[in-house]
Amino acid sequence: MKGVHASLRHDSALKHVTGQALYIDDMPEPAGTLHAALVLSPIAHGRLRKVEVPSSPGVVAVLGPDDILGKNDVAPVGSDEPLFATTHVFHAGQPLLMVVATTLDAARHAAERATIEIDAEPAILDIETALAAKAYVQAPSTVLRGDPDAAMKAAPHRLSAEFTVGGQEHFYLEGQIAFAQPGEDGDTVVHSSTQHPTEVQHICARVLGCDYNRVTAVVRRLGGGFGGKESNASWVAAAAALAANHTGKPVKLRLPRETDMIATGKRHPFLYRYTVGFDDEGRVLALDAMLAADAGWSLDLTPGVVGRALTHTDNAYWIPHFRAVGYACKTHKQSNTAFRGFGGPQGVVVMEDALDRIAHRLGRDPVEVRALNFYSDAGDETPYGQKVEGNLLPRVWAEVKQEADWERRRAEVDAFNRTSPVLKRGLGLFPLKFGISFNIPHMNQAGALVHVYTDGSIRLNHGGTEMGQGLFIKVAQVVAEVFKVDIDRIRASATSTAEVPNTSPTAASTGSDLNGWAAYAAANTIKQRMIAFAAEHFGVAESEIEFADSTVRIAKPGSNQVVSFNELAKLCYLGRVSLSSTGYYKTPKIHWDGAKMKGRPFFYFSFGAAAVEVAIDTLTGESRVLRADLVQDCGQSLNPAIDLGQIEGAFVQGQGWLTCEELWWDTEGRLRTVGPSTYKIPGSRDAPAIFNVKMLENAPNLEATIFRSKAVGEPPLMLATAVWTALKDAIAATGDGRTAVRLDAPATPERILAAIAKLRT
Amino acid sequence: MLIRMADNVRFTLNGEPVDVIGPSPMTTLLDWLRDHRGLRGTKEGCAEGDCGACTVVLEGDECHHEAINSCIALLGQMDGQSIRTVEGLIGKDGALHPVQRALAESDATQCGFCTPGFVMSAYAFASGGEPPEMELIHDALAGNLCRCTGYRPIVDAMRKVAGLATDSAAPPPARTVSPVFDGIFFAPRSLAELVALRAEHPDALLLAGGTDLGLLASRARKPPTAVIHVAHVPELNVVEAGEKHLAFGATVTYARAMPILVEAFPPLRTYLARLGSRQIRTLGTIGGNLGNASPIGDMPPVLLALETTVKLASRRGVRELPLEDFFVGYRKTALAPDEVIQSFRLPRLWPGETFHCDKVSKRRDQDISTVAGAYRLRVRNGRIEEARLAFGGMAATPKRARHAEAALLKDGFDAARAALAQDFQPIDDWRGTAAYRLQVAANLLRRLELRLAEPQRPVEVEAL
Repeated sequence: MKGVHASLRHDSALKHVTGQALYIDDMPEPAGTLHAALVLSPIAHGRLRKVEVPSSPGVVAVLGPDDILGKNDVAPVGSDEPLFATTHVFHAGQPLLMVVATTLDAARHAAERATIEIDAEPAILDIETALAAKAYVQAPSTVLRGDPDAAMKAAPHRLSAEFTVGGQEHFYLEGQIAFAQPGEDGDTVVHSSTQHPTEVQHICARVLGCDYNRVTAVVRRLGGGFGGKESNASWVAAAAALAANHTGKPVKLRLPRETDMIATGKRHPFLYRYTVGFDDEGRVLALDAMLAADAGWSLDLTPGVVGRALTHTDNAYWIPHFRAVGYACKTHKQSNTAFRGFGGPQGVVVMEDALDRIAHRLGRDPVEVRALNFYSDAGDETPYGQKVEGNLLPRVWAEVKQEADWERRRAEVDAFNRTSPVLKRGLGLFPLKFGISFNIPHMNQAGALVHVYTDGSIRLNHGGTEMGQGLFIKVAQVVAEVFKVDIDRIRASATSTAEVPNTSPTAASTGSDLNGWAAYAAANTIKQRMIAFAAEHFGVAESEIEFADSTVRIAKPGSNQVVSFNELAKLCYLGRVSLSSTGYYKTPKIHWDGAKMKGRPFFYFSFGAAAVEVAIDTLTGESRVLRADLVQDCGQSLNPAIDLGQIEGAFVQGQGWLTCEELWWDTEGRLRTVGPSTYKIPGSRDAPAIFNVKMLENAPNLEATIFRSKAVGEPPLMLATAVWTALKDAIAATGDGRTAVRLDAPATPERILAAIAKLRT
Repeated sequence: MLIRMADNVRFTLNGEPVDVIGPSPMTTLLDWLRDHRGLRGTKEGCAEGDCGACTVVLEGDECHHEAINSCIALLGQMDGQSIRTVEGLIGKDGALHPVQRALAESDATQCGFCTPGFVMSAYAFASGGEPPEMELIHDALAGNLCRCTGYRPIVDAMRKVAGLATDSAAPPPARTVSPVFDGIFFAPRSLAELVALRAEHPDALLLAGGTDLGLLASRARKPPTAVIHVAHVPELNVVEAGEKHLAFGATVTYARAMPILVEAFPPLRTYLARLGSRQIRTLGTIGGNLGNASPIGDMPPVLLALETTVKLASRRGVRELPLEDFFVGYRKTALAPDEVIQSFRLPRLWPGETFHCDKVSKRRDQDISTVAGAYRLRVRNGRIEEARLAFGGMAATPKRARHAEAALLKDGFDAARAALAQDFQPIDDWRGTAAYRLQVAANLLRRLELRLAEPQRPVEVEAL
């Protein structure tokens, strides 16, 4: 019997490799299924005068704002986001109309022939312009501690800097898709590739103008999500549901890659300006930072992203006097959204930049300067008031340096650079502290539903979605552990709002933390009933009943008895015991005051560290990641094989964000990198040539997480920050070694070459 | 005038002969598999041949299997092929194919959407008997994107299956007739037929590998109204590796031309490996790259530097002209409406001549060049006596840098670098700004200078 902590394979692996895993577009279409396509705004900002689709063969319906029975509002937070534009358009790519036709080609061709008249108005296309115009989607927010102004004034040294990081397209391989089937009495079943089935249910109901109980959202699996299907899947589903409702037919809406890329939000680009005060050793005394996010045209999930950026600006470092102000800039671009890390990656880069500059200024080792500023174990608090408990920073730091053979390689790289004028190598070391929990306390809850059938087979359902991260197998392992049965006795079923209601998105790395406990609770309720029944049935105390190896042992003086789990299930049924239960979990200890930006938003912290070596070509700006050594804290991993996949995959995704993945808008605000031919995510050769990943051993979570595990979805993405640091190190080697480097991300060959040129002038 | 005709497409699919009657020959193979055949293991990730989720394999003789992108392959092109999809790898007894087992056991799947494509690329790789070398593995995977795993477990699986012979090759159907869908899809079987058809249908598009033309059907969903499929014209499929010259028919694929080109011009090994992906190089043709006349194609700078001539054929006869005169404007060529490219021809290097080439792009593999440069030099006693420097990505056409060439001969590399600004006024786009392009082109000449000075010292980041 293998339960938790075993390296079990992804539950769908065999189906993946045989092509038998069904994604929504693979489901057989019922007769009469219609296909939908969207008409998008070609203009970034303007007054919409007219949009029409000429009639053409195969077209069944053309739907727009006037066809919405409920509300023309698909905003996940607030209510600033219409499904179809009404009087104004706010970004190039905004949906205007939907064509529903008998075939996909008929729908798409008709949509392309739309007549669109828009009076263009001035568009804000970058953060600087938005800041100057004070165009925000929400008021600026501030995390403040102490007196940063006074401390800055008093600090022996000060420096200021500015840099930017770019956005990132999720590039889930399966594009956004929903398939809506109308049922009796206006009911709708929506198969959606979503991380948030409950929001799909709510937004479909909002658009349809019906009660939530009329809409069922079903999700078996996603072909990748990464945050891109947390809120953006909802409007796609709502459009499909609207079309199904109008036509009375099943309707599929699958966004072609180009539509997907120009209509949906991405990771928020950020602009930073900061001043840092420090002493002679490089100890940070005060930080005053401005973080400005490009929110795009609507609110979406930006408040959470900015909040997480501000609560991760400190990263691993104790900063006595701290001010970080977050701006959510309103531009006429795609509405940026959740993306793995959710502002965390954009928060942690600030201090990495500052500490490198401090080290350069003082002529000190940036690695030592970092360690000097780590949170101590003496109960330091973060600037937002949470105690840093279970601090593993010194441990991950020491281990990663050892794994990477840091000191030797530092010397080796320096020696190489002295004799290599064209090619330069660079090293970067990065520590991570990342808070786990949704920043909004109420979202930290989950439900599960477990049935034991009379043959002893078990069906498991929970509110989490399977998007490749291995959630289904991890939660199944929890249930197997409770019942002490083989994993293949457990069948995880598609996530559905009809089975477990009122769920949170599978996001913020919390999937197994929340759903694992909820499933545990459900299974354990059934198990306790079985124990109570068995005790009575076999005439022993409950303490004499033990589940082990797919059996139940009844310890009786003189006559120990063993029945199979299956037999006991049957006996329970005959004894009229309920073998079905829900389970529920809410994360303890957390609270947050959003107005003051203070509290304990995170149940616990995850820690990690990375050591990266890169090489650059100073003639072309091309770069390679030669080696990465990662140490990641997974608590007591529920499934090391799955967690390893999360760590490696997240790192390479983070590397892509900081290096080759560049979103490019033209001067009219139209995104021109709209497919893999123009938007380059890492390929197999881009992953570090030497890639060593170590999960921290003997590090059970101090908090009572499910089997003392830790969340792992997002934290390792930030370990790729070391790639950026290493690139700056390599670039610095082209100068006098004393000058700090500004390197905006993504560090494309062009930006690297520009940084070198700047250093040499 | 065509005597051999058939109104259907016939191929072998997963070992079974299939006659396709009904769907347009302009349907993409992927759409046909998924929507007509109900085989939905093969996925659409991008519909532009860049993500590999749609990868299927063309099976050839003696385990010579090649991956292609089914999203940009037209049904008519598949006539006479033997195609295997992910569904066709499972044994009759239901057992997984070794590549499927290796990927599953290496934890190489997460969301699984890209997986069937990786399975098929791994199958082509394994059946080719290639050794488990990282260079080859990355080459075999360059056309497949995974957003979840970070690739390490996929590479591990590739190592496990390397060199695995395969027994599942299914023979393609015997085929002596061409599918002809009157007025839509022509597949001539001789040059005479081709030029006759060309004269009759000057508006039809010429389809060779379809790696660019296929996008009309896949991404744009607007397949051309008429095509002439030239892949079965024997005169266009000739390879001639002479003592002094190489000559290639217009439909010779990259995959076929590569070993010959690399043998003659070794620096092309890396350069061609970075051109598209294996999927693209299986079907894509150099003739197509020339006919396309894209300013960012990778072959034109190379062939310009190598003094290539193109032979154009029509019912009126043939003519030969220097490649330089073939590119007349942005995506415009010297081809007359009734002409086709028959072949191109380039001299081997003479003693004293060297050839070098560079490609700069955001991503190393499967990316379009920001700047590509190719250079043929004749050096005697340390003096450059002749130079042909050609660049892509720098102008509306692939172009020789005549000013830089002259300056190089007269005043050396510094002068050549400075002269580039006279040769080129590049544009800003998502691949790079004009300033960057000019800077990089100049720096590539610096790289060339370093190579000549110290041939043993690596000047590319790949060397580390």
